[in-house]
Amino acid sequence: MELDALFLSRLQFAWVIIWHVMLPAFTIGTASYVAVLETSYFITKREIYLRLSTFWIRIFSVSFGMGVVSGVVMPFQFGTNWSRLSDAAANVLAPLLAYEALTAFFLEAAFLGVLLFGRNLVPRWAYLGATLMVALGTLISTFWILSANSWLQTPAGYELIDGRFFPKSWIDVIFNPSFPYRLTHNVIGFYITTGFVVMGVSAYLLRRGTFAEEGRVMMRMTLWLLTVLVPLQMYVGDAQGLNTLQHQPAKLAALEAIWETGPSMPLTLFAIPDEKTATNLFAIDIPYLGSLIWTHTLDGEVQGLNAFPREDWPPVVIPFFAFRAMVGFAVIMLGLVVWGNWLRYRGRLTTSPLYLKVLQITTPIGFFAVISGWLITEVGRQPWTVYGMLRTADSVSPSLTGLDVLISLIGYVTVYLFVYPTGILLMYRIVRKGPRLASTGEDDSPVKGGRPDAPVIAGAVEN
Amino acid sequence: MNTVLDFVPIWTIIIGMGVFFYVMLDGFDLGVGMLYGFAPDTPSRNLIMNSVAPIWDGNETWLVLGGVALLAAFPLAFAIIIPAVYFPVLVMLLSLVFRGLAFEFRFRDSEHKTFWDHAFCYGSASATFAQGVVLGSFIQGFEVTGRTFSGSSFDFLTPFSVLTGIALMFGYGLLGAGWLILKTEGAVQSEARRQGRICLVGVVIAIGIVSLWTPFASPAVAARWFSFPNIIIFAPVPILALVVAFLTWRALGSSREAGPFIGAACLFALSYIGIAISLFPMIVPYKYTLWDAASSEATQAFLLVGTLVLLPVVLMYTAWSYWVFRGKVRAEIGYH
Repeated sequence: MELDALFLSRLQFAWVIIWHVMLPAFTIGTASYVAVLETSYFITKREIYLRLSTFWIRIFSVSFGMGVVSGVVMPFQFGTNWSRLSDAAANVLAPLLAYEALTAFFLEAAFLGVLLFGRNLVPRWAYLGATLMVALGTLISTFWILSANSWLQTPAGYELIDGRFFPKSWIDVIFNPSFPYRLTHNVIGFYITTGFVVMGVSAYLLRRGTFAEEGRVMMRMTLWLLTVLVPLQMYVGDAQGLNTLQHQPAKLAALEAIWETGPSMPLTLFAIPDEKTATNLFAIDIPYLGSLIWTHTLDGEVQGLNAFPREDWPPVVIPFFAFRAMVGFAVIMLGLVVWGNWLRYRGRLTTSPLYLKVLQITTPIGFFAVISGWLITEVGRQPWTVYGMLRTADSVSPSLTGLDVLISLIGYVTVYLFVYPTGILLMYRIVRKGPRLASTGEDDSPVKGGRPDAPVIAGAVEN
Repeated sequence: MNTVLDFVPIWTIIIGMGVFFYVMLDGFDLGVGMLYGFAPDTPSRNLIMNSVAPIWDGNETWLVLGGVALLAAFPLAFAIIIPAVYFPVLVMLLSLVFRGLAFEFRFRDSEHKTFWDHAFCYGSASATFAQGVVLGSFIQGFEVTGRTFSGSSFDFLTPFSVLTGIALMFGYGLLGAGWLILKTEGAVQSEARRQGRICLVGVVIAIGIVSLWTPFASPAVAARWFSFPNIIIFAPVPILALVVAFLTWRALGSSREAGPFIGAACLFALSYIGIAISLFPMIVPYKYTLWDAASSEATQAFLLVGTLVLLPVVLMYTAWSYWVFRGKVRAEIGYH
């Protein structure tokens, strides 16, 4: 088989972005959570908030470090593997990325040092300010990068001159049609992802019986958040689906595996889509439900893939199954929220053994949902990089051979398969040690300050 | 192209400054990473790593800014140069993964501390070498057809680019030594003074070879430097470089603490100016000028507005974060 630079480049991008996206999904939520805890501590001066905040800062610092190093990789992918996309779209896209660096990355990076190492070096208000700045930085970053991604999905505000995109209206570029939906859907998704991690960690601490008070405080706080956000996310997700129907109908047809346009569309619960014959095998359909969901009427017409030229079809299998997975995870999450509130009503939220056990198992559920969602939107965007305008095949760097990309792909796969599990293991260890504080003499945090009584001998302070 | 409002010069200055900031800031912390490998024991390694732990992330952000600002202001240059240096960029990125994670992982993963010690040192070294190779390839120029790089992904590998790779290792080493002299005391500091002198010798030899090699290899560069009256106008650059090198040598041997770092910074600035003199106005050397590669006026204007407001703010709070961790690095602050 001949090595195909285009295919391998797509594989490489998928590989580096899937690993990378999990970190923002977690650090954005964690940064905000730390900001909430620090604010609570600042106002109430209750020590438990300090303990919890220090605990989550430790976890945050590992994940943020991984997010930074895997994030530096990303902008260079545009140059190394997608140079023709860079040449064609930079006039419109690059300022959004540059604004991300200017408004978000520096903010995060400068205040991160203070967050990790400066608690005893700056006044309390300045430390709280640094915490808020880091959280704000992560959100600003989300704003710009999703604006850029959304522009690739639903390009607007541009003019095409000699095959290259030039800006006409920056407002239209930044606030392109899918951006508000994607931004809302993602930020809520990231908060939910973190929420279930916090629930899982709380459940772990409660089941183990150590730091149970911390576990109770975290779980009670977080269930409120999830009670609001999970149902809201389902509503927002529906809105983004309708937005996709309007602007990227071929993607929608793919994620529902609808091959032929028609009214009164059933909803296919399960099937094995066959892209060669353009049919679904073993389909389980619910009549009318497809039209009801996508047009909010029983007999509404939904476009199938046959409405588009064959060469413009996205792959069907991955978006179809990813969509079912995402919705499935959403239903499970909703179930957990309802169950939790019922237990809270009965006064047994933090004592029900079964619930705690289930929560511990579902710790990573948000990550699965986030990755499913991104698989739908990115695979469903194919065969385009700039939707409807620039094909993926015309975006790849022309100088690359299949061997070049194979080498780099092996490099990224090897390194990521090594560092990601290590990082996850280290975060697990932090969780296992629990929310300890310096005053207990069991501190393992880098957040230390003040003069030691005796000269510090490294061996004595190592953990 | 509108001739009334030309943003190219100001973007050239901004990106030039951005790249210089990156080279200075990440330069010293990559240099510290390399010197880390020579530290005799765990306490001094802790101290050396903690001297950059609170700030390395901010330093590396300049790399991202440099990359995306180049993409925004001179997209054609980005689209040609980056694929041409495919493998050096790959090596740099993967090395940065290791050396960046080493900060947190070395401290958390104590049973593999030696592994992360190596990751920090060799990661810093190979990232630096790769950046030097990129610089060398850039000076030598690229094979370009139309708007794309048309050479092979292995074109980057030449004796010249290997030389610049090694040169940059000495250069960052010198910056790193200067930083350690500022931030540490006692044995670690005197060791840094000794290492600084070794690096300085390497830097001076490398600058000498590159300065002779470049004009011999390229008649255009030779004409730029040696024609009259340029030879008089540009003569201060090499002369100043020699003076600065001499002063840096003396500062390394004296008890002065800021001198070596300032000297190293000045040497970098002069080398940088030297390269700019050789290549201006080329951004894809010998093929496209800054003006050819510039993005549209609307793009440059839109980003300029924000940059002029935000960059000073960024510099202000970055300065604040340095100020918080001012003075000698203390054993009890940072990772242990």
